[in-house]
Amino acid sequence: MKILIGMALAIFVARAQVTFERIRHAESEPGNWLTYSGDYSAHRYSALDQITSQNVKHLRPLWVHQIDALDKAETTPLVVDGIMYVTESPSNVVALDTRTGRPMWSFLRAVPKDVRLCCGQVNRGVALLGDLVFVGTVDAHLIALDRRTGSVRWDVTVANYKTGHAITAAPLAVKDKVVIGIAGGEFGIRGFVDAYDANTGKQAWRFWTVPVKGEPGIETWAGDSWKTGSAATWITGSYDPDLNVIYWGTGNPGPDWNGDVRAGDNLYSDCLLALDADTGKLKWHFQFTPHDVFDLDSTEVPVLFDGMFRGSARKLILFANRNAFYYVLDRENGKFLHGRPYAKQTWARQLDDRGRPVPVPGIEPTEEGLKIYPHPAGGTNWYSPSYSPKNNLFYVAARESGGLYFKGEADYKPGAEFNGGGMRNLPGDPGFGAIRALEPTTGELRWQYELFSPPWAGVLSTAGGLVFGGCDEGYFFALDSSTGKPLWRFQTGGKIVSNPISYLSESKQHVAIAAGHAIYVFALD
Amino acid sequence: MPASPTLSFLPLLLPLWLFQAEPTSEIPKQNPHASAADVERGARLFRTNCGVCHGPAGNGGRGANLAQPSLRRASNDQALFLVIRQGIPGTEMPPGWWVLDDHEMWQVAAYVRSLGRVPPENVHGDAQAGERLFRTTGCIGCHQVALEGGNLGPSLTDIGSRRGVSYLRAVLLDPASSLPEDFLQVQAVTSDGKRITGIRLNEDTWSIQLRDLSGHLLSFWKDDLASLEKQPGRSPMPSYRGRLSDQELDHVVAYLVSLRGDR
Ligand code: HEC
Ligand code: HEC
Repeated sequence: MKILIGMALAIFVARAQVTFERIRHAESEPGNWLTYSGDYSAHRYSALDQITSQNVKHLRPLWVHQIDALDKAETTPLVVDGIMYVTESPSNVVALDTRTGRPMWSFLRAVPKDVRLCCGQVNRGVALLGDLVFVGTVDAHLIALDRRTGSVRWDVTVANYKTGHAITAAPLAVKDKVVIGIAGGEFGIRGFVDAYDANTGKQAWRFWTVPVKGEPGIETWAGDSWKTGSAATWITGSYDPDLNVIYWGTGNPGPDWNGDVRAGDNLYSDCLLALDADTGKLKWHFQFTPHDVFDLDSTEVPVLFDGMFRGSARKLILFANRNAFYYVLDRENGKFLHGRPYAKQTWARQLDDRGRPVPVPGIEPTEEGLKIYPHPAGGTNWYSPSYSPKNNLFYVAARESGGLYFKGEADYKPGAEFNGGGMRNLPGDPGFGAIRALEPTTGELRWQYELFSPPWAGVLSTAGGLVFGGCDEGYFFALDSSTGKPLWRFQTGGKIVSNPISYLSESKQHVAIAAGHAIYVFALD
Repeated sequence: MPASPTLSFLPLLLPLWLFQAEPTSEIPKQNPHASAADVERGARLFRTNCGVCHGPAGNGGRGANLAQPSLRRASNDQALFLVIRQGIPGTEMPPGWWVLDDHEMWQVAAYVRSLGRVPPENVHGDAQAGERLFRTTGCIGCHQVALEGGNLGPSLTDIGSRRGVSYLRAVLLDPASSLPEDFLQVQAVTSDGKRITGIRLNEDTWSIQLRDLSGHLLSFWKDDLASLEKQPGRSPMPSYRGRLSDQELDHVVAYLVSLRGDR
């Protein structure tokens, strides 16, 4: 009897632990959503197929969880074994019962009054590993919570928030470590990617995204400009367990819009980094926008994809960049294989055969305002794309709009915005948006569905033949993943600035999204 | 029986943000950058960043006339700085921090204050005569002032603090010449052939909301319409060119300028 109980307990505990192996094989348990992008390859694809293009019209809201905060909800919920872990602005975590939507515990983080964020006190989600929940905070701490109680297991200071450092990204749990990026690209920080021992919180490694004197890449910064070089890392990357490499995007160089003080390519701003997961050593980098003067952060989610490229089997990365180009890279060596615009852009003539953009000569912000496409918010932004193995299509929520770019003074003061200019929307031309389906290796447009406004929400594709997305006007909607035909929508009443997920609760497929200041969960009637 | 643990003791709804209001205490009450050199630099920044709406010399256009001794939303330097930095939510006035750093915004504020010391634009007309014309020529049928009037056009209760003289004159002569930024006239044709002209109130990918010329609020799924035509650059407001004499125009403009939203 005792043995039996012991075994039952052991099974229960084993099941309850979110092991690295479980995350590594996330595709084999589509009933849970174990990591920010659904799996390490960042496909944001659900193998669940109960909700289909045939029956999606019967999708109904099941419950809503309201968030009592001033800033919008940008969180991607994680779900494991019947519990949903949600972050709330500014840096709180709540565990919800997926059946009822009722809170089981909550972690409230009192943050200092003087935190500095360019764009709201937001948080994009947690990571899970073992029996811990990890959350980054707007005052630049990384905190591990007990998954059953929400109590703090460890709390480390990642950086000084008074100099404009903040954490808004969801961490990524890899093996026995938690990897986290830093925000502060508008404050002249020196960016980095960090890894911490998941059990103790001890720093395992740090990769600085801006080199110092004596390191390779320093020659890409004039004078002392590297000191305020930014290259923040504010969105969650992806991971290849076979290569043991983490792929992580970096943000704009500082100051954003005035490049005069930082002549050179400004490495590793606007890059994709390939980092050894054990040591944080740089394996390779690919810079999308050298010497960026348009705030073209490459903090989008890198999608890993194994497929045929021009006749041979390759390990690839698919990347829809904020600079309006779509890239296919070899993820073993960072080699550029293919690129083309997926949204309107007027700043570059083309990409050369190494993938380096050929900018329109002399193009840079002016005091009067330079008009270019895309808008500073980009052809896309931090919100997630999706890859569907079912359709073999890459989906991206594209933004079609232009902007005016102004150049201004750039005096660095610790903790103050360090933009060197600014932006405006084009007067009388708000632009529009589109969900686009691209052939993954060529970037060719297969279909698109136009949206009234440039969107701020990511997409989820499913084995049921659907693509879920959200828009500024509050609709959460489903399109047919093969044709783009609109099949279903629901008005949430709040702007959607987040990413959808899918999971099972009581054996039924659910879809969830943060909208406005709430989490919405949907299931079939 | 389903377990129903009492969770109400959890401080889930503690409004943390209440303690996180803008730390205005750190913003100086008096402009720390108001030297002659600051005003000069502020003027340059103003021309490039604000002139597009407030006119290159600040005496109004699409945006408010700033060349006045006191500003409605900016009674002191700190308030002026905050208006410039945060913009005015819900209006066309954008946040200045998108473009300028704190130092530059103080310089712009110094320039804006200096404008108040130049005499405001001359208005020739007689505001009282203007008010009579406003009531007799039909303006009031479309525009509300204080609590009275129609609602096809925007309320003019505080138009004098929002728009400058040149803009107001241009609207009366050629209403379509300077439409408010989000103003759009549309024509919808329903599937049964009804033709509706109205002003767009809201729109999204799938639906549109409008107010027709008789003031009815209407909402349509776009799929249900036979056609939807947007008519940018068109306005239901008639031109008063030739319908009002030059002198009458001056009176009406003087009246509009006097409408400052005072209650
Ligand atoms: C896109 C147009 C636009 C731009 C650009 C713009 N403004 Fe404004 N501004 C407005 C409008 C419209 C209002 C009136 C808003 C209202 O009260 O309805 C306004 C109001 C103001 C006010 C308040 C006036 C009062 O009576 O209290 C100040 C001060 C001001 N603007 C300063 C600036 C400065 C300084 C800049 C440049 C940094 C600027 N604005 C740029 C459109 C603009
Ligand atoms: C048939 C209805 C109608 C009549 C009559 C009318 N207006 Fe208008 N008015 C509008 C509409 C609609 C707008 C908004 C679109 C535009 O600017 O043309 C407007 C705009 C305005 C504006 C600009 C408001 C802003 O915020 O930019 C002013 C000022 C104005 N009207 C004054 C007048 C005056 C004065 C009269 C009478 C001499 C008048 N209107 C008669 C419908 C009308």
